Amino acid sequence: MNAVLKPFDDTESMSQVLAQTAEPVLDVRGLDIRLPAGGDRLLAVQGASFTLLPGQTLCVVGESGSGKSMIANAIMGLLPRPLVEPVAGQILFDGTDLLQLNESQLRRLRGQRMGMVFQEPMTALNPVMRIGEQLEEVFDAHMRLGAAEKRQRILAALVDVGLPEPERLIDSYPFRLSGGQRQRVMIACAMLLEPSLLIADEPTTALDVTTQAQILKLMRDLQRRRGMAMLFITHDFGVVSEIADHVVVMQTGQVVEAGPAQEVLRRPQHPYTRKLIAAIPNGAPRVAQAEPDPVHVLQVQDLCKTYVSGGSLFKRGREVVAADHVSFELRRGQTLGLVGESGSGKSTVGRCIVGLAPFESGRILFRGRNLMSGAALRQQAKGKIQMVFQDPYASLNPRHRIGPTLAAGPIAQGVPKAQAMARALELLQLVGLGPEAADRFPHEFSGGQRQRIGIARALAMEPELLVADEPVSALDVSVQAQVLKLFAEVRERFQLAMVFITHDLRVAGEMCDHIAVMQRGQVVEYGPTAEVLARPQHPYTRTLIDAIPRLAAQPEDAP
Amino acid sequence: MSLPSKNSFWRRYRRNRGAVFGLVVLLLVALLVAFGPLLASHDPWDMVEQPFLQPGQTAGFALGTDTMGRDILSGIVMGARISLLIGVVSTVVSLLIGVTIGALAGYFGRWVDATLMRFTELFQAIPSFALAIVLVAIFEPSVKSIVVAISLVSWPPVARLVRGEFLTLRQRDFVAAAQLAGQSTPRIILTQILPNAASPIVVMASLMVATAILLESSLSFLGLGDPNQMSWGYMVGAARTVLRQAWWMAVFPGVAILLTVLALNLVGEGLNDGLNARLDGRT
Repeated sequence: MNAVLKPFDDTESMSQVLAQTAEPVLDVRGLDIRLPAGGDRLLAVQGASFTLLPGQTLCVVGESGSGKSMIANAIMGLLPRPLVEPVAGQILFDGTDLLQLNESQLRRLRGQRMGMVFQEPMTALNPVMRIGEQLEEVFDAHMRLGAAEKRQRILAALVDVGLPEPERLIDSYPFRLSGGQRQRVMIACAMLLEPSLLIADEPTTALDVTTQAQILKLMRDLQRRRGMAMLFITHDFGVVSEIADHVVVMQTGQVVEAGPAQEVLRRPQHPYTRKLIAAIPNGAPRVAQAEPDPVHVLQVQDLCKTYVSGGSLFKRGREVVAADHVSFELRRGQTLGLVGESGSGKSTVGRCIVGLAPFESGRILFRGRNLMSGAALRQQAKGKIQMVFQDPYASLNPRHRIGPTLAAGPIAQGVPKAQAMARALELLQLVGLGPEAADRFPHEFSGGQRQRIGIARALAMEPELLVADEPVSALDVSVQAQVLKLFAEVRERFQLAMVFITHDLRVAGEMCDHIAVMQRGQVVEYGPTAEVLARPQHPYTRTLIDAIPRLAAQPEDAP
Repeated sequence: MSLPSKNSFWRRYRRNRGAVFGLVVLLLVALLVAFGPLLASHDPWDMVEQPFLQPGQTAGFALGTDTMGRDILSGIVMGARISLLIGVVSTVVSLLIGVTIGALAGYFGRWVDATLMRFTELFQAIPSFALAIVLVAIFEPSVKSIVVAISLVSWPPVARLVRGEFLTLRQRDFVAAAQLAGQSTPRIILTQILPNAASPIVVMASLMVATAILLESSLSFLGLGDPNQMSWGYMVGAARTVLRQAWWMAVFPGVAILLTVLALNLVGEGLNDGLNARLDGRT
């Protein structure tokens, strides 16, 4: 960790020198942004002020809804006016107030002097344009260049962001690129004309831990090399400690704390900041049970599953091995963490266990009984194997009220209606929502509350095995901590066996007794949590552990 | 608790002025169907006055008479009845066919989907009006056969639409959750997926009523209408030969067709706005 910190300190001293001489690149003063009438508050952002000096990185931190993205969009002139617009304050960029500029003046600045990287790399690129063409557009919008020179500079830019085989990539379409590669293209695009300000709106939130670490490193390197200023928006204090010089913490539209990154991380003043920092899973391994329960709830033996895509009657499709001889077992009250990057097959294994996906070979034993595959498995399990889904917005039927949603499962299993409804109310209380929630529709709840409802729905079936597929990765860090606590509570209370699928080793460390690390459909490492985290055997596990963004060194182990 | 969502539906619907106009016209047509006979008490087939009476020429015949001395106002009132009846019933029938086929194809996918969609394409490959003419000509022209013909030619777009909706909706996690809870397949299709596909179906249905009315008018214009029922299309068709001497015989039923079809289209657009919560300005 010291190796990471050292160059950090260099830039800090360098930027301090710069700070004394240079004018701020960006100076936001008393910015108010109005929300449309009928919103949950009048102003999305209220009285926000901060300055960003050349060669520095400023992190704006806050939960979703805190107004942090609004500031970025206001700077770029991307607010959906007139519904949402700045009503007071100034945004000074190199001394000119961006709020006073008209559209064509702004357009001249965008791309050339200010670049922006968005959260969702999968949708930020036009799927029917080659990578090269998309980057060319930036040149065409701002200057005249010969075709050969354009190509040269684009190739150089692609090399700069560490993309392999730029000659081939420049003529590829976006669908050939992974999420991390697309984000690199977006960064190349934003940096093409060497802007003096780069705005990054949660650029790594949609990425895996390992990819996130690479992208963060890339952005840090580029920023240092070019000496530009970066405004980095995130909800994750782990990311902050990796990249920030200064931090601005926002809560419901107001800046509650600001200061140098080290200062804020080590000695947070505002209770909200403390709460955000405390919510980061620290990855401390869970203490295992004294004696394991003798009952094996789940045994998976040599599970194999291959996806075939794009085939037709006469042509063999492309085969993707999602599970390759996967084996593990789980006792009552225990939790197994399935950890891996996206595409490692961990979700597929989860879907095979609950019977949402058929598998080709291998055995799944539930309480010692051999289960068939796919729909037949669901029949045999009689609802005693349940799942909590990743996306809380897609997992509840928007047209059904919460009460009937919870009661539908037991009713389908033959429980009388009145009894099922009574149980639904009990469960809502158990997961921390009032009984009045039963009469409401899903859209009236926040993401965290919906995930609680998802847990309640699974519990309504009185399951013995719960498969949780990335249940907290769509949630903010502080909400994530609460939902994880709820998982731990219901596990103790109902003696549940749980398969916990996640890409985040910190979360797995807190939640699980055992961890199985998956890579390309294979379990590459399997063992007790403390063992795996402390003494990883497989190089891939080590990569995963190294990629975890950590809070900067605590005072005691600072050099 | 469902009240706010209803309110916001009305708020969005009302924002579309044309849709409000369409709704008013449709209500007038409905009133005409209900209370029209009080207004025009003649049998539309009876020769009650001398032919070629201009509108307003004789008291009691506000829209004049046709070539045979029949009251045009009575014809329009009775025609509204038959137009709406055929429009609504044939839409309901084609919705039943289209939603069933589309839902099965979209939910089960694979060979079920392939088979049903090839079957659908069979119907789509034949020009629908030509098929309708052939069908009515084979059966005897009657209200029943016209409804059957119109339904048979207008269900394929519904099936396509519903299939598309089902293909995406069945991937949603709440469907997986219902499967895990052990809910039966028909139950999942009817209670989990179909309500979520309802908005585009409702919008399409309102447009289909308009198309069905036009189809019925076109069939009657060609003389393939029910010979026992006065219809707008038949009136326009019969007046065609004397268009230059007696404009009113074709214009009034023509305007009736135009207004009703226009109103239905506007209402369809309004429903689209109303059911599409994203138009609210915030997502």
